Amino acid sequence: MTTIQTQEQRGERRFGLTRNRILTVASLILFIGFLIWAQNNLDPYKLRILNLCAIYAIFAVTFNLIFGFTGQLSLGHAGFAAVGAYTAALLTMSVAQKQANFFLEPLVPLLANVEWPFLPAILVGGVLAALTGLLIGWPALRLRGDYLAIATLGFSEIIRVICVNWQNVTNGSLGLKGIPGHTNLYWSWGWAIITIFVVKKLVDSSYGRALKAIRDDEIAAEALGIHLARHKILAFTLSSFFVGVGGALLANLISTIDPKVFMFFLAYQIVGITVMGGMGSLTGSVVAAVLYTVFLEVLRPIESPFSIGPINVPGIPGMRMVLFSILLLLVILFYQKGLFGGKEFSWDGLFAIGGKIRARFARASVPPATPPANLKEE
Amino acid sequence: MSFSLFMQHLANGVSLGSLYALIAIGYTMVYGILRLINFAHGDIVMVGAYVAFYGIAMFLLPWWISFPLAIVLTILLGVIIERAAYKPLREVPRFQLFTSAVAVSFLLENLAIVVFSGRPKAFPRPPFMDQTFTLGGVRIVSYTPLIIISALLLFGLLTLFIHRTKVGMAMRALSKDIETTGLMGVDTDRVIMLAFAIGSALAAVGGVLWAIKFPQINPLMGVLPGLKAFIAAVLGGIGNITGAMIGGFLLGIVEIMIVAFFPDLAGYRDAFAYTILILVLLFRPTGIMGEVEPEKV
Repeated sequence: MTTIQTQEQRGERRFGLTRNRILTVASLILFIGFLIWAQNNLDPYKLRILNLCAIYAIFAVTFNLIFGFTGQLSLGHAGFAAVGAYTAALLTMSVAQKQANFFLEPLVPLLANVEWPFLPAILVGGVLAALTGLLIGWPALRLRGDYLAIATLGFSEIIRVICVNWQNVTNGSLGLKGIPGHTNLYWSWGWAIITIFVVKKLVDSSYGRALKAIRDDEIAAEALGIHLARHKILAFTLSSFFVGVGGALLANLISTIDPKVFMFFLAYQIVGITVMGGMGSLTGSVVAAVLYTVFLEVLRPIESPFSIGPINVPGIPGMRMVLFSILLLLVILFYQKGLFGGKEFSWDGLFAIGGKIRARFARASVPPATPPANLKEE
Repeated sequence: MSFSLFMQHLANGVSLGSLYALIAIGYTMVYGILRLINFAHGDIVMVGAYVAFYGIAMFLLPWWISFPLAIVLTILLGVIIERAAYKPLREVPRFQLFTSAVAVSFLLENLAIVVFSGRPKAFPRPPFMDQTFTLGGVRIVSYTPLIIISALLLFGLLTLFIHRTKVGMAMRALSKDIETTGLMGVDTDRVIMLAFAIGSALAAVGGVLWAIKFPQINPLMGVLPGLKAFIAAVLGGIGNITGAMIGGFLLGIVEIMIVAFFPDLAGYRDAFAYTILILVLLFRPTGIMGEVEPEKV
């Protein structure tokens, strides 16, 4: 459970050039500088990993909004991502590519002759995902939270079934090939930052407080006059929008999509990332998304045969996911806080840690009587 | 559509429905007591089918040893999951329990992909279940009556157990209120474990019969039947065992009949169940047999 961080945030609301504000702007500039450097200097493989980090961060942050802050378990991320991905892919692909793709049945004329720039395609993908979110959330969210999980999981399977069968729009199980690779670090991290910003603003607003109240106790929240369904649907629709955006970015990153990309496994992975990062901590979601993507790449060799000296080790395909799910289960059972345990990164917190460390070094022989304030149990 | 063809579809629907019903009972029992959607239940079905497969194909056991063995090992798995992943979380907020169920399901599926390999395997159907005979112009494969009869038999036994024995009474009491039942001197942990054991046993039977009906098994085979069985449980009224059986049969029959009457929709077959779910949630969230549950503060 997280606490509401009122005092801290009030401190940050001051106008003018405070230390924290300068540090935030400086680190943003540094980060943008890094992105520009990376985009121009890194090889495509590394760029792809960095892009994937951003997309998973979008997924995890939006899932956190629904699950970590509102307490509603949604397993429909794969479905919403599919909506965004297919929409953006169909809108951005060139006319010639579409003709090459749809050889079994021609694409419907409405889509066959369009080739949009990336931004409107992303936005349309997001809006369509949000509309489907509204459609699925409206019946499911008026009821107890449990039903949402099944309704959304079922919904994402429906979307997959539709993708397999709607030959003249989605090209069925053949999928779409040759999607222009518009996604680069500016697009992916740009949207990730927008997502984090919007979600952060939302959870800090009065709406966000209402969402947390719903998470902690629905009956009490309702008694306080919070319209349960309206708040849940708002959070759910907003999160669906960004998931759709993430899907659009994903399609334009991997440039080939088919219904198998959007299996429910994707939703399970996002649950895992968010839980490991810490429920109700956006910092945790982002950090965990990056760690997850990077570690998955680092561990790739264990799935292909390799040899240590004379010993040949056969690769075990699928082993990475087994390790990930075991780790996830261990975190849930023994370390429910996850990496950040509902806390956010803040400069004050960082300096507080720095201060503690310095204090500890100053009196190295004396063990500290209390744990550092920002690590204290809540 | 001729009468005999209709009857054939009906037999098919009823046998599919009995499979859904068998799996749905496990969901509804666990939900009734712990208010937990046991996402791993579908994967337990898968494990049941695989154990039976390995018993026959690898250890060359006769089917009448292999199938009971599958049931026993699956019960063991279900109980271990309950003990290891759900019991420690009974006191923490309920969403932790949900994530744990998701994680267990994720783990079982990934493990199955590694251990059983992702490639589908052909399930060796015992020969006597593979005979076709004609009954009044209706062509029936011998596994169809087998599935229906064994499901009905198990439902009868389960209903007797729930309503005529002391443990069954404890189970019903538990689904009303865990704490109070504990105060009445019932060992709640054991009864919950028993509920998982019964659910897993029925899931194993469902898995083996599923593999006999659709003799191709793969590590993700339990997901779709699991989801649909859960929908059947919601349709019948979640938490109600009779409801789960009715919901299962209804869902199976509806699914087969829609495809029989509208062959064009065959590709969307897997989407029907979710449409039904949405309709139930919209118009009758308590399902057919469910009672309106007062919200507790």
